[in-house]
Amino acid sequence: MASEPVRANMPPLSLHVPEPKFRPGDPVDFADVDVPPAGSARRPDTAEPAGRFTELAYTLVRVLDEEGGAVGPWDPKLSPDRLREMLRAMALTRAFDERMFRAQRQGKTSFYMKSTGEEAVSVAAAFAMDRDDMCFPSYRQQGILISRGYPLVEMMNQIYSNSGDKLGGKQLPIMYSAKDHGFFSISGNLATQYPQAVGWAMASAVKGDSRIAATWCGEGSTAEGDFHSACTFASVYRAPVVMNVVNNQWAISSFSGFAGAEATTFAARAVGYGIAGLRVDGNDALAVYAATQWAAERARTNQGPTLIEHFTYRAEGHSTSDDPSAYRSAGEPNAWPLGDPIRRLRDHLIALGEWDEERHERQDKELAAHVRDCQKEAEKNGILGHGLHQPLDSLFDGVFEDMPWHLREQRQMMLDEEEASGRPWARK
Amino acid sequence: MTDTILDPVTSDGGRVGGADAPAAVRMNMIQAINSALDVVMDRDPDVIVMGEDVGYFGGVFRATAGLQTKYGKTRVFDTPITEIGIVGVAIGMGAYGLRPVPEIQFADYIYPALDQLVSEAARLRYRSAGEFTSPITVRSPYGGGIFGGQTHSQSPEGIFTHVSGIKTVIPSTPYDAKGLLIAAIEDNDPVLFLEPKRIYNGPFDGHWDRPAKNWSAHGGGEVPTGYYRVELGKAQVVRAGEALTILCYGTMVHVVSGVVAEAGVDAEIIDLRTLVPLDIETIEASVKKTGRCMIVHEATRTSGFGAELSALVQERCFYHLEAPVERVTGFDTPYPHSLEWAYFPGPVRIGEALKKIMKD
Repeated sequence: MASEPVRANMPPLSLHVPEPKFRPGDPVDFADVDVPPAGSARRPDTAEPAGRFTELAYTLVRVLDEEGGAVGPWDPKLSPDRLREMLRAMALTRAFDERMFRAQRQGKTSFYMKSTGEEAVSVAAAFAMDRDDMCFPSYRQQGILISRGYPLVEMMNQIYSNSGDKLGGKQLPIMYSAKDHGFFSISGNLATQYPQAVGWAMASAVKGDSRIAATWCGEGSTAEGDFHSACTFASVYRAPVVMNVVNNQWAISSFSGFAGAEATTFAARAVGYGIAGLRVDGNDALAVYAATQWAAERARTNQGPTLIEHFTYRAEGHSTSDDPSAYRSAGEPNAWPLGDPIRRLRDHLIALGEWDEERHERQDKELAAHVRDCQKEAEKNGILGHGLHQPLDSLFDGVFEDMPWHLREQRQMMLDEEEASGRPWARK
Repeated sequence: MTDTILDPVTSDGGRVGGADAPAAVRMNMIQAINSALDVVMDRDPDVIVMGEDVGYFGGVFRATAGLQTKYGKTRVFDTPITEIGIVGVAIGMGAYGLRPVPEIQFADYIYPALDQLVSEAARLRYRSAGEFTSPITVRSPYGGGIFGGQTHSQSPEGIFTHVSGIKTVIPSTPYDAKGLLIAAIEDNDPVLFLEPKRIYNGPFDGHWDRPAKNWSAHGGGEVPTGYYRVELGKAQVVRAGEALTILCYGTMVHVVSGVVAEAGVDAEIIDLRTLVPLDIETIEASVKKTGRCMIVHEATRTSGFGAELSALVQERCFYHLEAPVERVTGFDTPYPHSLEWAYFPGPVRIGEALKKIMKD
């Protein structure tokens, strides 16, 4: 039992436990979210020392304004073709998410995670980096794979853990690995990829390579020790790495306040480490592109790492295992002041006279049909739970390069038991 | 402290290096480890050494002395004090294609890196179907007997032998330390290389109140200067015998040898050298021959590696056993400072256990 308070003449201490502004049923008003005008943030030269632009960690780099214009020094001035490619990749990511979410609901797989509302964060970053730069993603950056042209059928095979799954059914759905697409094996453990990305970048520098690394984690994961170890290493060795914090406001049911957002920004973490920090409108594809391009340029010219906070909003649940209506107001996604990233890029292209609503609708239909076709193709390889898609004993493969005796023995034990019990697995 | 990579200890039986450098010289375990790092770094430009104080200074135990001067600061460097970072960065370097050899200054400090070792290094090959691997070797001094108190004395091997996907190696002589370390670094899977720091400078028979010995009179102190490997997964019978089998590793190999010599028991002493993968054939053949098995380790008892050894022996040799398997281990307490020698499974405790197992 706790002891009685002592020193009754002193004011009692009180513990602050953060609480989000809105809970289920509450009306939502994001008026206090500070949204600086597009074009208002200055763009330092990429050779400028990090200490000279710390104000960029506390504002928002924004390019797309409310009228669909691209304004200010961060406008990357992309060609209409490039903008349309980016729009297509974002829309394809959303169509893919919709289809796979439904596939999980239909019982075709165990798990899925959508990136709805955050498509710009991964797609625009992938467009701004070189194709052979190495990405160490979190679990919500499927937009990178899609931007780099990784076959949707392969992604679906992995989601279904079917006979076409290149990971042999060994990894949780969406935890892709695609080395030839510069996409590191995703871990379910948070922020572990951060120091790994820094290590990869350091190795590239040790070898005099020209490739850089990039990594992503959520704002909640910045609380992990891995994040801080990575920042220290990146700062100390000036590693050529772009470190992205996707601040989508929610870590499952814990709002960003539990990662420190009530006290400061996540980009501000960079200031303490003495590395370049940018806070970016994560729903503005052009701002994400420009910030990534700028950070990549710094990395490539030995100016060291950049930490980019992408201020965005997780419009859907954390995963198929999550129901956000149990902890946050249903009004939040629509009230989010930075809008929908796809709609904003679409409006920009329309404002440029390079796109129209009819084309957009047609594209959405084409993409949905394409995803559906890919799904049919993938399902020829099976869906989770329907049959044994991998040889039973493959579960022992890949623990070590060469299988030691104890695993060989356990494998044999499993096969003997299967045989002795009338081969129940073979009938699955 | 010397700056030379390899400064042979020259005493009785040792041979002096020079213009006609001999094939083997006397080394202590630190020098042997240093020599292993030197040899592999010279052969393979992808080998990187990193850790707290390992660069300019050459490590708190001097294991990396001279390497930065020889191979440069981008291949041998000091790191921030963050074990998560050291191991995480090493994994990233391994994914790039390098072969990092990070040092964790004391095994007691390895716990912050546990997630990177268990969930990342050990699982990367499996979860990526071999697209990415983790060919890292984490070196770390472990074990007590140096008045290191609770935080410089622990033996955490059992935590790692429990993890699928990582190998655990523990040498007991300078010769083995060099050969095993070279094999570990060249291995394409993650290896935890635990160095018994009590025997860095000489074999230790457990009699802490007697004068310390150095490696000059021990056969394992004669170490080839060049490249050689001691393959992982192979135990060594350090003393053949008929009366019982004693399984041990690291410092305990020498403590057990001392007790057996004094007791005059015809024990077969097996130095496991690699815990995972274990050399089960050597163990099984020996226990079937002797009918008795004693296990000695310094680590805490419950769920220690001795429990696994005991289960394996029971499963495989049950009908050959003439007495219950006997375990002599550290107690299930933190490693105490002043009572270190009460905790340490020394000659008294091993001697009593020997009498017990031979009684039946």
